[in-house]
Amino acid sequence: MSSTTPEFAAAAAAAEGVKRAKRGVPEGLWQRCPGCQAVIFRKQAEELLSVCPECEHHWYVSATDRIEQVLDSGTFEEWDGELMPTDPLQFADKKAYAERLVAEQKRTGLRDAALTGCGMIRARRVAIGVTDSAFIMGSMGSVVGERLARLIERAADQNLPLIVISGSGGGARMHEGILSLMQMAKVTAALARYHEMGGLFISVLTNPTMGGVAASFASLGDLIFAEPKALIGFAGPRTIKATIRIELPDGFQTSEFLLEHGFVDRIVPRSRLKSEIARAIDYCGK
Amino acid sequence: MAARIYLGFEEPIERLEKQLQDLEAKKDDSVETQEEIRSLKREIADKTKSIYENLSAWQTVEVARHQQRPQSADYLNLVFDEFVELHGDRKFGDDRALRTGFAKLDAFKVMFLGHFKGRNLKERSECYFGCAHPEGYRKAISKMQLAEKYQIPVIAFIDTPGAYPGVGAEERGQAMAVADAMFAMSRLRTPVVCVVIGEGGSGGALGIGVGDRVAMLQHSYYSVISPEGCAGILWKSHQFKEQAADALRFTSKYLPKFGVVDDVIEEPLGGAHRDHRQMAARLKMYLLKTLKELNGVEADNLVQQRYDKFRRMGEFLEREVTQTEATA
Repeated sequence: MSSTTPEFAAAAAAAEGVKRAKRGVPEGLWQRCPGCQAVIFRKQAEELLSVCPECEHHWYVSATDRIEQVLDSGTFEEWDGELMPTDPLQFADKKAYAERLVAEQKRTGLRDAALTGCGMIRARRVAIGVTDSAFIMGSMGSVVGERLARLIERAADQNLPLIVISGSGGGARMHEGILSLMQMAKVTAALARYHEMGGLFISVLTNPTMGGVAASFASLGDLIFAEPKALIGFAGPRTIKATIRIELPDGFQTSEFLLEHGFVDRIVPRSRLKSEIARAIDYCGK
Repeated sequence: MAARIYLGFEEPIERLEKQLQDLEAKKDDSVETQEEIRSLKREIADKTKSIYENLSAWQTVEVARHQQRPQSADYLNLVFDEFVELHGDRKFGDDRALRTGFAKLDAFKVMFLGHFKGRNLKERSECYFGCAHPEGYRKAISKMQLAEKYQIPVIAFIDTPGAYPGVGAEERGQAMAVADAMFAMSRLRTPVVCVVIGEGGSGGALGIGVGDRVAMLQHSYYSVISPEGCAGILWKSHQFKEQAADALRFTSKYLPKFGVVDDVIEEPLGGAHRDHRQMAARLKMYLLKTLKELNGVEADNLVQQRYDKFRRMGEFLEREVTQTEATA
């Protein structure tokens, strides 16, 4: 990435951080912050919910850790954990999708890119879904779509507020072809139905939220929160640059850019996410 | 019509048709020449048939993008009796890549939505090559809601490489516009029929693709990503677009099996670009038949059936919990 603005560099570096995590987060005591390059005592960052103590750069957190951070301790009850991805297209690029899935499952400990279930946020019961940007870029295939659709339907049945925390650099998962594209329509339709029934949906955007995920559930919250300096948008910056051949504006496609253009309600630092969600639920009387 | 443009793989057809032209130009009425012409015509038909029956995925993309393939503008002339364009999203502007308006289809009054690609360079750049901006999707939403209010069925023609990737599009919320369009369509209380007439490019296509019936023309394609884009990401080079096209299974051969496309509308021999009128006639027949089926379905049922249809999409494994596990 050749852009020079600090925000953009931060977003790009954060995306880089995700890539690094993909190869396995180093187990050492120290970690270099993808935002400011400072070498940080890992434990100190973890105490700050994986936020850099020097520059407040929000590091990648896994779906499991995210749930731990947002829900009251020990209250998470997983739903539909038995759903497993399959390979409907018998897809193979340089590597067969079936093999890629096994490798990703082994590396992340997840079955696919989403965790869903219910739990408590400061004693308020919620339905919650989190996508993990480390599992094939957090892309939405059939399992992610199905888990979210079931989550939303159950939230509707049980009259629960719905929280979805998105992290996806990939959008729809091309290895599942058109079926992954259709998950956008499926989850969106479930949200529309939930909306008609009066459900409260809080969408939280984290770094990165792009493509088909941004162009479906992530953009459909009654309330939309974003973590600071996350990369959020429809088309990737490289695609845009290749199409229009001009330099992208400063801070393009960051949370702050979206707030300025009117697409995000609040930028919420990770340390306040839990309390902000709880407060919003109270305001909406859910 | 302008001179026929041949695709690379149509070379054998081109050669035969050239022969035929030369022969016909002789204006020779002799029995031998007439017989030769007849046999050449048969040969052309056979060759065209065998080529078009065995199109590769990438060749299908080439046909779907063919310069002379009929577009929304052509079908508005050939299928519909009238088109009253309704401009603007009442928020920012009037997208030219996605146009909307009242149209008449025999006895039916419909709301038409369709991607426009343009023919010449001027038209094509005006339409951003069929790539809609957020205003296009917002315009579609507002016109669909108008249609809903007066119980007018919606017909959407999909023909786009994808939603436009640009600075303005992002500044005005491209992702949100596409999401909102699907959101609105999924609850629309009037019939919606979608037809992929050429390129069904990703979110830009699906943004007007949540219908009670989704059909595609035989040689169109409908994909999560362009073959070039997929090749660039997974093979790290656009040169692998043919492999990517194959791998994505996005042709009319596969999409009905996945439950994504309900009907495939057969194209004239050698593709829709060879015979706009015949293609238009088949499309019209399909639309009339489908509108008759959907006409009179109660709105609640319509919305429920549309919901169920999209709800079923996707393939995954679900391990049944065995009796012993359940009681353990």
